[in-house]
Order: sequence, then structure tokens, then C-alpha cells
Amino acid sequence: MAATATLATATEPGGAEPPAKRRLALLRSGKALTGVLIFGSFVLLAVIGPYIAPDDPSKTGGPVLQSPSADHLLGTTQSGQDVLSQILVGARTSMLVGFVAATFATALAVLIGVTAGYLGGWADEALSMLTNIFLVIPALPLTIVLTGYLKDGGWFPIAVVISVTGWAFGARLLRAQTLSLRNRDYIKAARAVGERPWRIITVELVPNLGAIIISGFLFTFIFAILTEASLSFLGLGSLTTWSWGTTLYWAQNSSAFTTGSWWWYVPPGLCIALVGASLSLINFGADELLNPRLSPAARRAKRKERRAAAAAAAAGKDGVR
Amino acid sequence: MTNDDTAPVRAAEPAKEPPPATVPAPGGPAEASAAEAPAEEAAPLLEARGVSRHYPARHSGRLGRRAVVHAVDDVSLALHRGRITAVVGESGSGKSTIARVLARLEPPTKGELLLDGRPVGRARGSAFRRYLGQVQMIFQDPFASLNPFHTVEHHLARPLRLHGSYGGKAEVHAEVLRLLERVSLTPAEQFARKRPHELSGGQRQRVSIARALAVRPEVLLADEPVSMLDVSIRLGVLNLLRALGHEDGLALLYITHDIASARYFADSVQVMYAGRLVEGGPAEAVTQTPAHPYTQLLIDSAPDPDRRAAVTGERAERLGEAPDLAAPPSGCRFHPRCPLAMPVCRETAPPHFPAPGSPPEDGHWAACWLHAPDRQDRHDDQQPMTTGRR
Repeated sequence: MAATATLATATEPGGAEPPAKRRLALLRSGKALTGVLIFGSFVLLAVIGPYIAPDDPSKTGGPVLQSPSADHLLGTTQSGQDVLSQILVGARTSMLVGFVAATFATALAVLIGVTAGYLGGWADEALSMLTNIFLVIPALPLTIVLTGYLKDGGWFPIAVVISVTGWAFGARLLRAQTLSLRNRDYIKAARAVGERPWRIITVELVPNLGAIIISGFLFTFIFAILTEASLSFLGLGSLTTWSWGTTLYWAQNSSAFTTGSWWWYVPPGLCIALVGASLSLINFGADELLNPRLSPAARRAKRKERRAAAAAAAAGKDGVR
Repeated sequence: MTNDDTAPVRAAEPAKEPPPATVPAPGGPAEASAAEAPAEEAAPLLEARGVSRHYPARHSGRLGRRAVVHAVDDVSLALHRGRITAVVGESGSGKSTIARVLARLEPPTKGELLLDGRPVGRARGSAFRRYLGQVQMIFQDPFASLNPFHTVEHHLARPLRLHGSYGGKAEVHAEVLRLLERVSLTPAEQFARKRPHELSGGQRQRVSIARALAVRPEVLLADEPVSMLDVSIRLGVLNLLRALGHEDGLALLYITHDIASARYFADSVQVMYAGRLVEGGPAEAVTQTPAHPYTQLLIDSAPDPDRRAAVTGERAERLGEAPDLAAPPSGCRFHPRCPLAMPVCRETAPPHFPAPGSPPEDGHWAACWLHAPDRQDRHDDQQPMTTGRR
């Protein structure tokens, strides 16, 4: 047995790693590292943005519609507001809406999806029905109607509305995966040892849904930022708080697109696109981490193997000839 | 491991019995006399009486009625302290279902379970936990029975925390290491930190065995514990199970499709066919002088270099298909495939008759009309199939 043990450690060096190194494994993938860097800088902006903004984003009276200059790094709007200040202040709103909506929606999805999948029976029927109803409700119109009532509440009601309309997809995915996991032997083994259902769900089952939960969270984060931007762009968001969508709304309202004032609408659009891209990159990285078969090392090994097989096949053909 | 190691812990658990009689216990004159008594006469530790387990089938049956799969029908089984009982049968015969019912993962549709002679209650509450503290199961597939997310340490520490009375983390950790050493996973410190995907099939199954032993059970249910393992390491795992079973005086249920391994491993063998037990008795008697035609065919179909190939091939062909358990055959369930079927076999399910060729005190029986006492005259000339007899 001792011989097999040493053999195992020799062939699988990943096994002996201390946990701290495992946690940092996410950063070893180039994609994920890029994503984390971009996303991290936006989180930083969300935190310190309002403090480092050179101006009050609502203050009018400056030079009108100026292209970027030393005084106004991202130019000014039609009413002489500083675009950079709007972006910096808006970063906090947009990121907060994304984070809060993603957290609420993911929590709802896990609660409803996993409960339905694990309990089965009538509880599953009822919760699946609820999920399906929320799936077929057209999300944007509902969001528009709901935010219409809550217009002056700032960003928080918008985040709540987005999470209420956006949890159903994740719940369905999680229910399906839970159905498949709950009949695995290791769940049965936990029952046979005498674990309580609540602990089986939280400790044995949910960690194995990690990949789906993480990707659902990231997906909802992007979805929420985009929805908030769309609502604001349509003029349905809260016009008293600045977000990237609000800046876009005013840009569109003032025909910035036709007058060619690119410094007004490109920066908020680019910010939204960059946050979305960074979250997708993190998602790829998390996938690779949680599914060892997708890791770059594994893919390199596979490519090598395939090449070797092709070479062997070619050699075999030559031999036949 | 000696009995001295476990003594303090056992003392902490008043519910558990002292080391069983079949293990030569040092310094126990009272137990020495008990060891001389035949094991059959001792009260069984875990007993299933007339247990059936039916599943609703997905598709509906004739006339729109919901079909029912009779996975296990009227099975009675007794597990004794310090003895290994094998249940042998082909796939789909319901042998794994028995293990799941005994492990209380599923309720029996009919019949009752008795632990230490007392009927077990409902599958909840503290009584249920105590049951799980006495009866543990080893799963067939070591690649599925360990949670890929958790370390070996987690798998072993949970049952310890749930059923043991350990002071703190350090005590639990020490016990985890001791368990790993018992199943020969050394260096234990290193294995405790590993996750299942870093282990081989045999190593995983050893972890699985250690997990089952962690609660210090009295009954161990092993559902095809080696069938998913490489042939070269099967013997090692079986020998480990046997050694551990003898050390702790466990009642071991060994479920397998391989009657040869049952003969090697078990003290008594029960043969299962289509949800019913068809023959049972001491391992040697059942495998050497099989009384039921199905057992005879099962033994003939197992590869044996000592036997001539011609007989094997001819007999194996007659085995045919296993019956549909949603509509099991009437009477004896084996009659459609039985080379010796008689009219009565179609009508009435046979009760257990003592098997001929074995002394009656062996307890060797077969559920076959061939051995009905009033047909004794006829079955003698109809029994040319004892090829296994040596």
C-alpha cells in the first residue's frame, strides 16, 4: 500500500498542494486573470469613484459639448456636465445594481431550484410551476411596469425587481442538476451515515453545484447591469441617481449620436461592455478550475496525445505501404 | 488491532455489546462456552422477515393499471454476529435492493426488519440514528460513493461526529488516521488530505470501508464491494473486509453476482432469483451440492478450468433471459427457464424444503418442488445435475 501511495503522489502533484495554493489556482489561467484584473478595477472604481470624481456630475454651466481635453478628460455634455465625473459616479450605481441583483437572484434560484430538485413530489411540482411562470413572463415589460411604480426609490428597488424577474432560469438549471445529483451514491451514503437532510443539501450537494451557481451569479450580474442600463436608457430608471445608463439616456436625448459627440456615449458603453467581458472571462476560468478536463494543462496534454496518435497512424500507413 | 484498543471507546457506548463470541476473546471464560455453540442457534443480529420491495413502474401496465415491479418478494434473511452471509444472484435479481432496504435507504413494502430481535421503527428520529450507528453499508461503485468536493478526512470525520462521542477536532483527527491505517491507507496523514479524484478505485473503496467502520457498526452491508474494481485488487479488498469483520465480530452481508467469490468469502450463501431467495445454506454445501436447478446452472455457468467445456456451454445456453419483474411468472419464478420444470411449478410457488445430500442440521434448503418430501422417490432419478459435487 505504501508503494501505491507514493506512486499516487508522484503522478498527481496537485494532490499535495496546500489549500492556499488551490485557491489561487483561478489566477493561473490567463483568461481568468485578465477578467479578474478588469473586474477588479471596476470594483475599485465603484468604491472610490464618487470621491475621485473631479466635479459634481450634475453641475451644469461648464463649456458645452467639448471633446476630451486636459480640463475635462472625457469631454463635456450638452449642458456642460463633466462626462468623467458621470462615469465615475455612475460606476457605483451600475456595479451595485449588478451585485445586489445577482446576489438576490442567485439566492432565490438556489433556494427554489435545489429545494424542488431534492424534495421531489408535490413540492417539486409547485416550485417548478412557479419557476415556469416566471420563465414565461416577459421580463423587460414586467421590469418596466414595476420600476414605473418605484421610480423615485433610487437603484435598490431596480435591483430587487431585476432579481425577481431574473432568478427563474438559474432555478431551472439547478433543479435539473440537483435531480441528477440527489441519486448519486455519495448522497445516499450521507443518508446512510445519518446526516440530516438540511446538512446533506448544504454540505454535500450545493458545493457540487458550485460551477452552475457561480456562472449563474456572473450571468445575472451582467444581465442586471444591462437591464439597469436599458431601463435608464429608456428613461425609466431613476433619473436622480447617476448610472452608466443615465449618461447614455441623456446622450441619446441630446442627439449625441448624430452630432458625433463620441466622448459622451462611448465611455459608458465601453464600461458596460468591459464589465460584461471581464465576467465572461472569469466564468471561463471558473469552469476550467471546477472541471479539470477543461484546464489548459489538460487541453495541452490532449492536443499532444492527438498529435502522437496522428503520427502513429501515419507511421502505420507508411508501414503498410 | 487488538481488542484493547477499542475497549475505552466501547465502554463509552453502553448500547453496544461486548466483543462477540466468535472472536477468541482473551480473558472471558463466560464467552468461551458461548463460542462452542453453533452460530445458527444464536439469535441473529439483523433479520429481515418476509420483506418485499415493490416499485411503481414508469409505464402503466395492462388495462391502464399502474404496473408494479416486484424487485424483492418475501425474502427472509438473518445476519449473525461474526459471520459472513452472501447473497448471490444475477443482475436485476433484487439483491442490491435487499441491501438498500436493510440500510434503510428505502422502506420495505411488506415485511419487517428486526435488529437484536426487536422490530425497527420508522426511518426518522433518534432510534433511526441508533440503527444507522449499528448497520452500515458499503456501496458498489467507489467512483460514485465519495463526494468529489470533500476530502477523505471529511468523509471519515462526519460519521465520527454524528455517532461517536469525541472531544474535539484533534480527537476526531486521530480517529480518522487510525481508521485509514486500519484499511491500510498509509501514510494516513497524507491520505486524509486527499480528494476522491486523487485516489485509485481500490483506494476509494478502502475509504468507503473506513467510512462504514467509523461508526463502529455491528452489521456491515457490502453491496458488490469489489465488482467495480480491477481484478488484481479484488482479493486484497475482500481479504481486508474479512479481516476487519473478524476483528470487530461484524455480521457481514456480502452481495455478489459471483458465486465462486461467495464460496471463498462467505460462511453461508443465499441464492436469489427474480426477487426471491431460491436456495440457502452453508457456503460449502450450497456451492458443492447445489439443490436448486438455478443454483446448478449458476455454478455451471461460472468458468472453472476443472470442468469440461462442453457441459458448460450447453447448460449456459439454457439460462436464457431473466423474467420481467413487472409481470413475474406464476408459481416458481424460475419455471420458464428450468430444464426440470413440472406442472406444479407453474401453479404454486414452492416453500423451502430441506436439501437432499446435506445433513439436516446444516440448514441447507431449496425452494424447489423437486425436493418436496412426497416426491422423494421421483427426484432421485431426476437429479443428475450435481456436477459440482466432488
